[in-house]
Amino acid sequence: MARFLLDVNGAKLPVEAPGDEPLLWVLRNRLDLMGTKYGCGEGQCGACTVFLDGQPARSCQVTVAAAAGSKIITIEGLDQNGVLTPVQQAFVDEGAFQCGYCTSGMILSATALLREHPRPTQQQIIDAMDGNVCRCGTYPRIVAAIRRASQRMATEGSSHVQD
Amino acid sequence: MSRISSEPAQYPIRERLHWFELPRRDFLKLCGGGLLVCLSGSPLRAQEAGGHFGEHELPKEIGAWIHIGPDGAVTVFTGKVEVGQNIRTSLAQLVAEELRVGFNTITMVMGDTDLTPWDMGTFGSRSTPTMGPILRNMASAARQVLTETAAQRWNTDPSRLSAGDGRITNPATGESLGYGEITRGEKLTRTVSGDPPLTPAAEWKVAGTAVPKVNGRAFVTGKHRFPSDISRPGMLFGKIVRPAGFHGTLVSADTSQAEKMPGVQVVRDADLLGVVAPGSWTAEQAAGAVHAHWNVPPQISNAELFSYLPAHPENAGRDDSDAQGSLAAVEKTLAGSEVKLQQQYTIAYIAHAPLEPRAAVAEWNGNQLTVWTGTQRPFGVRDELAEAFRIPATQVRVIMPDMGSGYGGKHTGECAIEAARLAKAAGKPVKLIWTREEEFTWAYFRPAGLIRIRSGAERDGKLTAWEHLNYNSGPSGIDIPYDVSAKLVEFRPTQYPLRQGSYRGLAATANHFARESHIDELAHAVGMDPLQFRLRNLSNDRLRVVFQTAAERFGWGKSKPAAGVGYGIAGGTEKGGYVATCAEVEVDPAGKIRLRRIVQAWECGAIVNPDGLRNQVMGAAIQGLGGALFESIQFKDGRILNPHFAEYRVPRFSDMPEVEVILVNRKDLPSAGAGETGIVGVAPAISNAIYSATAKRLRDMPMAPGAMLGV
Ligand code: FES
Ligand code: FES
Repeated sequence: MARFLLDVNGAKLPVEAPGDEPLLWVLRNRLDLMGTKYGCGEGQCGACTVFLDGQPARSCQVTVAAAAGSKIITIEGLDQNGVLTPVQQAFVDEGAFQCGYCTSGMILSATALLREHPRPTQQQIIDAMDGNVCRCGTYPRIVAAIRRASQRMATEGSSHVQD
Repeated sequence: MSRISSEPAQYPIRERLHWFELPRRDFLKLCGGGLLVCLSGSPLRAQEAGGHFGEHELPKEIGAWIHIGPDGAVTVFTGKVEVGQNIRTSLAQLVAEELRVGFNTITMVMGDTDLTPWDMGTFGSRSTPTMGPILRNMASAARQVLTETAAQRWNTDPSRLSAGDGRITNPATGESLGYGEITRGEKLTRTVSGDPPLTPAAEWKVAGTAVPKVNGRAFVTGKHRFPSDISRPGMLFGKIVRPAGFHGTLVSADTSQAEKMPGVQVVRDADLLGVVAPGSWTAEQAAGAVHAHWNVPPQISNAELFSYLPAHPENAGRDDSDAQGSLAAVEKTLAGSEVKLQQQYTIAYIAHAPLEPRAAVAEWNGNQLTVWTGTQRPFGVRDELAEAFRIPATQVRVIMPDMGSGYGGKHTGECAIEAARLAKAAGKPVKLIWTREEEFTWAYFRPAGLIRIRSGAERDGKLTAWEHLNYNSGPSGIDIPYDVSAKLVEFRPTQYPLRQGSYRGLAATANHFARESHIDELAHAVGMDPLQFRLRNLSNDRLRVVFQTAAERFGWGKSKPAAGVGYGIAGGTEKGGYVATCAEVEVDPAGKIRLRRIVQAWECGAIVNPDGLRNQVMGAAIQGLGGALFESIQFKDGRILNPHFAEYRVPRFSDMPEVEVILVNRKDLPSAGAGETGIVGVAPAISNAIYSATAKRLRDMPMAPGAMLGV
């Protein structure tokens, strides 16, 4: 067991955990941030995606020791005072989920994509999102949600996302 | 060998279950003031259970409850569960419609065995056609009760009053009362039976519209708590030490290293070997530190599967239901047919791989057990738990938070039982989440199958004879919808090497793959366009309409595909749903296949929520393309060889064709379920398109593992 001070969604949170424990389990089990999901624990499904210093990362593949010192953003840290980000709102507007289990990871990956490519091509969407599995097969709607968010961000000139 | 039924929707309970009479629960007291409407003696209940309930007595109690509080809030209690198929929204729409209240006043309480009436389970596309009418009946009856109560209050005739927006109004006097006010906080209980009048779909205002998913916001903010997100005070985390292979028996286990780890307790309880620890990571490490030796008997591999199945008949190769048709008639007609064909098709084992693996949190309070778990059968799992611990079912409560889906894969309660056994041993609540590898290995699979078809036709395109024998995969969707005078259609149960069970659409996918591929072969053999050949032999109007609708949108017959491109069409009907699928594929000279486009037409009666329906039908088609092209479980010596997403390929963004879904709305027909049958057309449509592109006929699913044809 070791002590870490994690920077999660803008708050400094002390945790005690084995240093090699994946960040995923620290977030979920020690900080009660359950929005980050376990889908495989092998870096193959994207359900556990978070931002580390603004970059999307698979939290099942990052140890807590490695994550300490980085700014961590989880799905719970996206909306501000109840206002959804354009990507979150677009997922609602397009109904881009069925069971919703992949949704957190999809939204984080899509947010990262739109930061890098505000007007992504089809190929850029596929490249950025291919590591995220939606077993319910909601892919076409997720693509539609990404396009909708992209448009909305272009009109509003802001990504509404903190790093 | 596991005794899980291959087709739970047909044979709901092969596992031993006991029906415990429902007690009148405290719930009825807890409900407080207001109107509680119960429906009893509904013929629909009997219909849902079908004729296959065996020795189990049908519940005599109520199918669902609707409560209207003094504040006008409406709460609907149903044992059905939400697994992503959107019934939390669509069932509420039906209630809002009949009750004449705003959609947002309704709360659905679902799948909690202490709060909701008994329910067989959420599968077989039964929620919409059975629970839908039950709830509509009750809501309509509730509206009647409210109208009558208001009429008494105002000393007038109920027929003079109107209901709308949660109020009863007397147009003559202008008097108006909210539903909650009518009950005056008194406790009114009504049990209704019979068939109150229902609003025809043509007049629907809330039902039939694209109401967004009720708790959509909770999913995009990460707030929704799935079963694996449940947490209890003092909870520990469990891990099971699994056998080295199926049917393995424990020879020895050295647990000393694990026991030395901080906070770790090793649990050995008969055949169960597991650990609990204060953290899930520690539990995983501890389970890995247990050195166990297992005796695993020799078992067959997937390479031998399709010779094994027909060689090992079960139950003398007979299904419980009678075969349809006669062999003599088929033989005779075949002999006289101008064109004859005989082919064999195979379907590999595939996994459901729901993104949320099986998960359970179990908590004991004395002899009372509460388990939160993801399952399509909360009452079934409750009974499994009661049996496992030899306690009455009344001492077990199963709560099913809306889960990360199941696709037919979460009918059984093994994870719940494991969590409860660990919790009992630890004396604390325990959470158990199966790893992806466990989910791929220790759940159950969609049955593999071998299908043999013999057929005959006349040169003018008339189908004359049809024989369809299905080994192991199941009888669902086995009957041919085309007109044919001489046929034999038979499911032949066999012994099977892997644990197998329900899956979205059951065997309808396998049977449609074989049948609709074969029909295509026959069309080519008589030199007819595959769509024309189908229509020539099809008098089922609903199926004709979806074929024509899909073909028209796809542009079938309008243009010749370019070199290396092919078009295919397939369709069918099952569980009240009618589907036709057109596919366009491209195969490059090296044999690499790309699915370019899918157009799917769908009809299932009156549409309750077009948005949710479109999502389901599209999702089914996309899930179906995985099994069609590349999903396949590899196994050997009692082990799964590809139990990870890295090796077991599921459809991803890069596999997406353009997908178009056309919904045919038949407001004049009862609504059927839509979660399953949308999957059946994809595989044969792709197979037929591949033939059109390459003149190669692929008869084995998956057709292109590794994205290469037949590799
Ligand atoms: S859980 Fe981390 S990638 Fe699947
Ligand atoms: S919505 Fe179920 S996994 Fe994506």
